[in-house]
Amino acid sequence: MITPDDVRKVASLARIYLREEEVRHLTKDLEKILDYIGKLEKLNIADIEPTSHVLPLKNVYREDRLQEPLSQKEALQLAVEKHAGCFKVPKVIE
Amino acid sequence: MSSNSTQKKYEPVIGLEVHLQLNTRTKIFCGCPNVFGKDPNSQTDPVSLGLPGTLPVLNKKALEYGIKAGLALNCKISPLIKFDRKNYYYPDLPKGYQISQYDHPIAYDGFLMVPTANRLKKIGITRAHLEEDAGKLIHDDQSNSSLVDYNRTGTPLMEIVTEPDLRSAQEAYDYLHILKLTLQYLNISDCDMEKGSLRCDANISIRKVGSSTFGTKTELKNMNSFKAVKAGLEYEIARHQKVLEAEERIVQETRLWNEAKGVTIAMRSKEEAHDYRYFPEPDLVPFVVSQEQIEDILRTLPELPLAKLERLQKEYSISEYDAQILIQDPTIANFFETCAKQYNDTKKICNWINGDLLKELNERKIDFKDITLHPGQLVRLIQKVEDGTISNLGGKDVLKIILDTGRNVDQIITDEGLAQVSDDGTLKGIIDEVINENKKIVEQIRDGKESAIGFLVGQAMKKSQGKANPKKLGEIIKRRLIS
Amino acid sequence: MKLNTLTAHEILDLYHQNKTTAKDVFSSVNQQIEKADKDVRAYIRLSQKTIDYKNISQKDFPIPIAIKDNMCMLEEETTCASKILTGFRSPYDATVIEKLKKSGAMIIGNTNMDEFAFGSSTENSYYGPTHNPWNLHCVPGGSSGGSAAAVAAHEAIWAIGSDTGGSIRQPASFCGVVGLKPTYGRVSRYGLIAFASSLDQIGPITKDVRDAAILLNIIAGYDPKDSTSADLPVPDYTKSLFNNVKGLKIGIPKEYFIAGMDSEVKNAIMEAICVLKNFGAEFSDISLPHTEYAVATYYIVATAEASSNLARYDGVQYGLRKIPEQKRKSAIVDMYEETRDTGFGDEPKRRIMLGTYSLSSGYYDAYYLRGLKVRTLIKKDFDQAFGQVDAIITPTAPTTAFKIGEKTADPLSMYLSDIYTISANLSGIPAISIPCGFSKDNLPIGLQIMAKPFDEETLFRIAYTYEQNTDWHKKQVGV
Repeated sequence: MITPDDVRKVASLARIYLREEEVRHLTKDLEKILDYIGKLEKLNIADIEPTSHVLPLKNVYREDRLQEPLSQKEALQLAVEKHAGCFKVPKVIE
Repeated sequence: MSSNSTQKKYEPVIGLEVHLQLNTRTKIFCGCPNVFGKDPNSQTDPVSLGLPGTLPVLNKKALEYGIKAGLALNCKISPLIKFDRKNYYYPDLPKGYQISQYDHPIAYDGFLMVPTANRLKKIGITRAHLEEDAGKLIHDDQSNSSLVDYNRTGTPLMEIVTEPDLRSAQEAYDYLHILKLTLQYLNISDCDMEKGSLRCDANISIRKVGSSTFGTKTELKNMNSFKAVKAGLEYEIARHQKVLEAEERIVQETRLWNEAKGVTIAMRSKEEAHDYRYFPEPDLVPFVVSQEQIEDILRTLPELPLAKLERLQKEYSISEYDAQILIQDPTIANFFETCAKQYNDTKKICNWINGDLLKELNERKIDFKDITLHPGQLVRLIQKVEDGTISNLGGKDVLKIILDTGRNVDQIITDEGLAQVSDDGTLKGIIDEVINENKKIVEQIRDGKESAIGFLVGQAMKKSQGKANPKKLGEIIKRRLIS
Repeated sequence: MKLNTLTAHEILDLYHQNKTTAKDVFSSVNQQIEKADKDVRAYIRLSQKTIDYKNISQKDFPIPIAIKDNMCMLEEETTCASKILTGFRSPYDATVIEKLKKSGAMIIGNTNMDEFAFGSSTENSYYGPTHNPWNLHCVPGGSSGGSAAAVAAHEAIWAIGSDTGGSIRQPASFCGVVGLKPTYGRVSRYGLIAFASSLDQIGPITKDVRDAAILLNIIAGYDPKDSTSADLPVPDYTKSLFNNVKGLKIGIPKEYFIAGMDSEVKNAIMEAICVLKNFGAEFSDISLPHTEYAVATYYIVATAEASSNLARYDGVQYGLRKIPEQKRKSAIVDMYEETRDTGFGDEPKRRIMLGTYSLSSGYYDAYYLRGLKVRTLIKKDFDQAFGQVDAIITPTAPTTAFKIGEKTADPLSMYLSDIYTISANLSGIPAISIPCGFSKDNLPIGLQIMAKPFDEETLFRIAYTYEQNTDWHKKQVGV
């Protein structure tokens, strides 16, 4: 059902590098799990609405009121790498 | 490259996607200030930084603005509004997903009437939805790194998508123009492409005239002004034509407009089309807008540009040309109407506003909404010119002084001694002198060259240091010498 | 009697009688940690903050508490037991932490867990497994294994954990303590590092039912920072601690008592039912027909949400960042891929892959959407059941604590240990696990009670009645 190629594609979508042995290993694991999940196909869900939220909550908002932001120093405190008040990352080519 | 024959053969099919930053006080999902131009990473908080454990809460104002925009664009408002996650990786997207709307956008199925090629064309609006903006990526050409500023993450955005109803670059330009005006009237966005509060991407294909199928389309990005949109589209239309004429195929791709070179360039081809894996945002509950709420918001909509255009012409008997200028900014139109309630000659009011006043504001780089001139004062100014208290030139001076100092018309006329000399006695004296000193000209006038009166008027103006009422001078001289 | 072996309410009584101080209590707990934690390994890191005892003693609940390592605490390192969050120090307190601090809580430290709460054994931790205090060769359950073990071993007076598919209740069951998953929306999720946003809840892990009621009082309530938190008043849960269940109708779902189930577990539950019958509860057989689909549903819905929630761990802003030695794709993509490969353990990778797959183009309808629809069916089962009964009784886990390493080779068999707890999360209903016996190997067995949304009061009433008429909660572990 799921092939190593599928796994490689998904890994790329998920931005996780996998070594070939990991690809093989994961393919096996996922195959087994997806097979188990396949039992859901037995059910007739034709007229069933999906449940994304268990509570019948609606219309939760906040007022357009200002709250003190973090200072630049605070925001950058955790930065792995920083420069000129910004977070620094490897070059991104557009 | 050929011209007319090609143009008649193919017609462009264009759809535009506009992203609009809403000018709410705070961001869409948190209470950070929604401001432009501050130090990098100084307008963030854990929520907009997407720190672990943080959760979004919708800004009620952003929802209202979204509904307002939808209504102004004649859209249906979705009875159930929900948010979805759009998943992709980019350093300016801290959560690794953007909270947007997928299948239940706030507004859909609307239209905008666009004044283009001397008629109004109906352009379909497919949908308008709310989403959060990403941060800014700054590329450091010197080094091997890029820099990220998250100030902009979480800014509320409205994405407005048209049906592919536009048929030329000019139509696209005109659409953007009226869209911007309409949204400015709603006061929900600055709509400033330079500041980035309005961004525009285009989808374009061409097809044989008369065909109903669509050609392969390309997506066009990186156009930073309305002019650039027009130029980019013109280029791209021509490029499509060239390709098809050469019996090659258009590649479906994203292209960037290069302003400096005046061409579009294909983006480096990516691995594959994005798979955004949309799914309903579990951290936000759905929103239900009642018919009553929609009607409440509908009532708060201001008169929109095209409606105002028509009404001003009808109600105040002004020309379309004048009305067009007035509606470019609702504060100008309001100003005009206030003046018009106090003074009948609406043409004169238009002349002063559309001519001198706007010129002065332009030079001073002031926005109309920031001026220190009250409509009543403009009316007084016009009255003083019309009744001869001051000359036309004098009026222009008074206007400048009001804008500079905020003093009132009467005060300025007195203080600056701008009152024209209009009494017959004083004028007679000056005229006597001028006639004596210019006997030759006087002869010419008496012989029939009436136009030379102007010269004598000029001389009299000089003698009076510009204070004499030139109209009156002319009348008196004419009576003296001709009748 | 050592202070660290007492319950919170017993300590509060001692405070009122001026018979002990916050400092002494905290010191007693620390001594136990020094003695036992090298074997139990309940804690990942202990708080370095100095406690202002004078200030604390004036608050309502100055009790030493253990916090699962997935709740943000200002200026403390929080890692979700993952390498990828090494060094992450939150600039804000989770709402629950704010509430605890206001109540005078003395935060001992962060307890071990399965990485990002993915697991049922606390073996998936970057910091190594936690050991069950009842038998150090066994798992404490997961993913809140550290918190449950700390409470059982008296290395904390009480603790909080998080529950997405049973992660409070199952470890509580394995460690012989009380664990409560509140109704979804009862407790704020703001500051809880998300696993599955529509399923996660924070809840108490305590030595007895009264403590759970007190702790729930402290942490529950509406939070404007969490759009999914319910704006409903919080009753005083200690007022539902009745010692009788007269007239309460309790359902026994036949799907939870299938042939071949562990006989010791079954017997313990049956005996518990007898006890409750004696105190006035009326039992009936009910059916929750979609029970067998719950695990499958959970593993689609939860992993899909998780795959998205974990996208932010990318090395850009904080935590681990790794660059591969050799260029593969492009600088930035390489950084993402290498960071996430190095930073995530096997189970997070598995779940992220599964979740991404089930959301991806072409598979959304067949997996994710289908999962959401089956969820509706499962929820309807409970809606219907609660039309006939006030509560539902089941075992918490199909077995007692298994051996460390026993299920790690087979992820699916690990997933199936959640079989009794998962449905409560999918439906959003509250559920509690209380000790109801021991196996012949002296491993605790847990009883699960489920109730209607926002009816934690019924849970407390039933749990308290049972507890007050049995001795399981008094049995002491010997570490």
